[in-house]
Amino acid sequence: MWRRSASFVVDNRIDPLSPSDSTTFDQEQNPITHEGIGIGIPPVISAYYQTRTEHHAVVTSDWLAQSQKAAVDGTGMETPPAERAVAAGTGRKGFRVTDEFNYWRKKPDLAEAVAAIMALSSVIKCSEATTMMELEGELKEASNSLKAWDATSISLTAGCDLFMRYVTRTSALEYENFESAKSRLMDRGEKFGEISLKARKAIALLGQDFIFEGCTILVHGFSRVVLEVLKLAAENGKLFRVLCTEGRPDRTGLRFSKELASIGVSVKLLIDCAVAYTMDEVDMVFFGADGVVESGGIINMMGTYQIALVAHSMNKPVYVAAESYKFARLFPLDQKDLTPALRPIDFGVPIPSGVEVETSARDYTPPKYLTLLFTELGVLTPSVVSDELIQLYL
Amino acid sequence: MDPRRVSRTVIDPMVRTVGFNAPGAPPPPQPHQSIQSGTAESVAGLVSSSPPSVSDIDPVGNSLSPVMIPPPNHASVVPLPGAVPTQMSPLRMNDSRTGSYSPLESLLETLSPRSRVNVSEFADETTVLGLIGKSGRGILEKTASSLPVSNGELMEAATVGGRSLRMTSNLTKVSVVNMPMDIPGIEFIEKGKGASVDVQKERESGGKKLKEKTSKAERRAIQEAQRAAKASAKNAGTASKNPKQQPKIAKNSQKKDNLQIPSKSLASEKNDAERLLEKDRKRDGSLVPQPRMQFDDKHRVEKAKRRSVVNRCEARNIVELFRHLPQYVHGTQLPELESKFFKLDAIHPSVYKVGMQYLTGDVMGGNARCMAMLLAFRDAIKDYSTPSEKTLVRDLTAKIGSYVSFLIECRPLSISMGNAIRFLKNRIAKLPVTLSEAEAKINLQSDIDHFINEKIVIADKAIVEHAITKISDGDVLLTHGSSCVVEMILLSAFEQGKQFRVIIVDSRPKLEGKMLLRRLIAKGLSCTYTHINAISYIMHEVTRVFLGAASVLCNGAVYSRVGTACVAMVAHAFRVPVMICCEAYKFETRVQLDSICSNELGDPNAISKVPGRKDLNHLENWSDSENLQLLNLTYDATPSDYISMIITDYGMVPPTSVPVIVREYCREQIWI
Repeated sequence: MWRRSASFVVDNRIDPLSPSDSTTFDQEQNPITHEGIGIGIPPVISAYYQTRTEHHAVVTSDWLAQSQKAAVDGTGMETPPAERAVAAGTGRKGFRVTDEFNYWRKKPDLAEAVAAIMALSSVIKCSEATTMMELEGELKEASNSLKAWDATSISLTAGCDLFMRYVTRTSALEYENFESAKSRLMDRGEKFGEISLKARKAIALLGQDFIFEGCTILVHGFSRVVLEVLKLAAENGKLFRVLCTEGRPDRTGLRFSKELASIGVSVKLLIDCAVAYTMDEVDMVFFGADGVVESGGIINMMGTYQIALVAHSMNKPVYVAAESYKFARLFPLDQKDLTPALRPIDFGVPIPSGVEVETSARDYTPPKYLTLLFTELGVLTPSVVSDELIQLYL
Repeated sequence: MDPRRVSRTVIDPMVRTVGFNAPGAPPPPQPHQSIQSGTAESVAGLVSSSPPSVSDIDPVGNSLSPVMIPPPNHASVVPLPGAVPTQMSPLRMNDSRTGSYSPLESLLETLSPRSRVNVSEFADETTVLGLIGKSGRGILEKTASSLPVSNGELMEAATVGGRSLRMTSNLTKVSVVNMPMDIPGIEFIEKGKGASVDVQKERESGGKKLKEKTSKAERRAIQEAQRAAKASAKNAGTASKNPKQQPKIAKNSQKKDNLQIPSKSLASEKNDAERLLEKDRKRDGSLVPQPRMQFDDKHRVEKAKRRSVVNRCEARNIVELFRHLPQYVHGTQLPELESKFFKLDAIHPSVYKVGMQYLTGDVMGGNARCMAMLLAFRDAIKDYSTPSEKTLVRDLTAKIGSYVSFLIECRPLSISMGNAIRFLKNRIAKLPVTLSEAEAKINLQSDIDHFINEKIVIADKAIVEHAITKISDGDVLLTHGSSCVVEMILLSAFEQGKQFRVIIVDSRPKLEGKMLLRRLIAKGLSCTYTHINAISYIMHEVTRVFLGAASVLCNGAVYSRVGTACVAMVAHAFRVPVMICCEAYKFETRVQLDSICSNELGDPNAISKVPGRKDLNHLENWSDSENLQLLNLTYDATPSDYISMIITDYGMVPPTSVPVIVREYCREQIWI
């Protein structure tokens, strides 16, 4: 905005091409070479995006390369590293929380936040701390390294924060000794996976009420929660139609439509640009979310914002299904106020030289374009999110 | 997940809206919504339209119906828990006009008889801020200001505003009036003060108040007796001790009559007769249309003038809509007040000093005023000793009350000060009886220090910490006026080496921005200074707007220096995020929709005169001309639509979450 003004004197803008700190960090962590783009700059892929590709079975060339590499590497991921470390007797020394997290993160049904919590609870398992303070310090360190590992992921940060919050609250409780407090924390961590699955069920139960006979639903991206909601509605014998966006460049919509078709729901695929064209016949829009932020808005796959805008202007309700562990203490003011999650984009043809490509993988949808949020805490208006967060974290 | 949430079942579809409905209070009715609305339908009504058939299949929703059914009477009036019983009061029964029932009218009607008896004056309405229970005021004010106001009905809105103030003052006073009925003969000042602080009682009594009132005949009998007593006292020629020090005492005629002190020499027979007349007029008030504003009633204004320490000029030529607000003139009565200094033995010198500073405008800004006041009170408490045959709790509360009313005369209280006073009075009331005087005093002083430290100093640091995360390199930040928190944010962001530019938007007549500009320039920040007239041009280049606030109201509206609403509106139009920086102790349970109901009038001369421009100063004798009115408002209310975020010591929250903060923390704020 300020670039337009002649009175802008201080001109020390950062060169957009020079990589920022977080991107170089990602490169170190994930040295993935990529041949899709013709120019010399190696593309940056955030770890957040990698998780997505694994979970949503996105078939891209780099993902194929990665999986092949993993296959060559062997099957080292069968038991969690924590258990291996415990079995090997190395204890804390031979254990890295990021390894643990990576192990859990590869499980198809596990959300990233849950994986983070699992990883942290295994930190407790391996810990040799003897006091609560010590344990808390170790956990803090571990959660910081997890957060630093992927600064772009919101649910990872939210999961870490949530667990840390739980730990600090537990320590205030009176347990007879340290061991019992520790085992309580461990139980809690282990249960989290279960809770996350249960949460999805609960959301499905709440959300399916809003699907009425003969309605048309527009979905964008691949969301396991939304899938659960639609599945349940279909199982209850409701007849409805789903319009899936294609979800370029991941083609997540393709996979989503496949899942839906396999349970007998009538699905229609759209290209991403056809949203406004078809909005007239749509009765409601369903989104998942990568993160729900304090304003009540959501951060989700690229394209969510524009679909919400179109829906809002045509007075169609926009529903978001998200588990409450995705609530994050973030408050983006606009699209650029987020750590961008970058990804490669395959255009099929070489990109002309000197052309920049917008590679951000997600956008922020402000709360005023959302109608309701389905969470396992209930059906919430966007403004309640902040209420929940205040109660949770303060 | 959250241990506090155990009881919540997961399966029932609950639609919860945060904000705009106080906890425990009945939910706001959704206008234009059918009573038989089920979950889904009401949800659709709440937000954008959803297909109507949603409600057709709603198996769970109807049985659980989490959205409350709106009361059937009238859509636009919030049900008033306090008001409902008063409709049954005898006064109401006597009212012959019950036939034409309109909720709005009856609401005012039922609440007004009391205020007709009262002689209110401007000191009242602001004293109340500090004295009255939150809930009562919240409800009343909310009702008053949430009444529908269309453009054409602005006049009506003003009436409502004026009345709402009176209603509030009314609430406090009812209990005051009731007390002497029970035990006459005890010195009233102390009692009255003690009673008015009895917030707890206030809250409970809510609906009972009017019922407790004595009948007309009884009241008259009591008054007659008291008048006789007073007359005899006057005949005895007791020295006329001017009750100026406690201007609150004489708030209404009834109270004044209760005074055992012989009233001032001015109270002649004629005055008495006059008062009698007035009272009679008021007593029949339920039939006579109520006088519209407090400040156009000559009797009241005169009375107030006689009583007050600070002399005020005649409030001439005030804009019609704002007649209910007190007209303040700063700086002219300083010599006179100085001469009075030694007569005003009841007011502690440091309180006096702070009052003078308010009057002259030396101390400005919510935080500074609040801190100055608290420090003065601390001094006063330090030098305080309980008179014999009095208890510390009561006497000190009365003392603080008289200080507060003195400060109000100098300048109306800010909301931050109101909250701080409420805190202090609460602490005094909660003092253990077993404590010795010295211990109690030390306790109170450390409480005050605590409040200043925790609610202002540390809160500011927390705000700065949060706000800095929203400043990035290359930003152009805009601020309006001079807010100390915003200044701290800018300075510490600069110290952290962030590259940004500041635009300071200033406005006449206070030109507070100049001071801020000077301080920022001295530190080496790169600044642009402009007046609010250029806001639409300069907004092009702005990336973030940081604003301070005098208060944040429960509906998310921000009450701040006049001009803030304009800046926020322009920023919103340019899609620039507007961030309000405000400490949580300034949050208010009240709701205000416009800037009319409660505001402060500045010196009209300040806008009529342009220093250094002789050619423009033809308005010198403006007060002589009948058809010219000048309006110098001090505050305005910014609607929550224009605000992206409120930064408080508890983090960054959307404006819809203000009630949550108030709900979760205001209790603690009072108890600490």
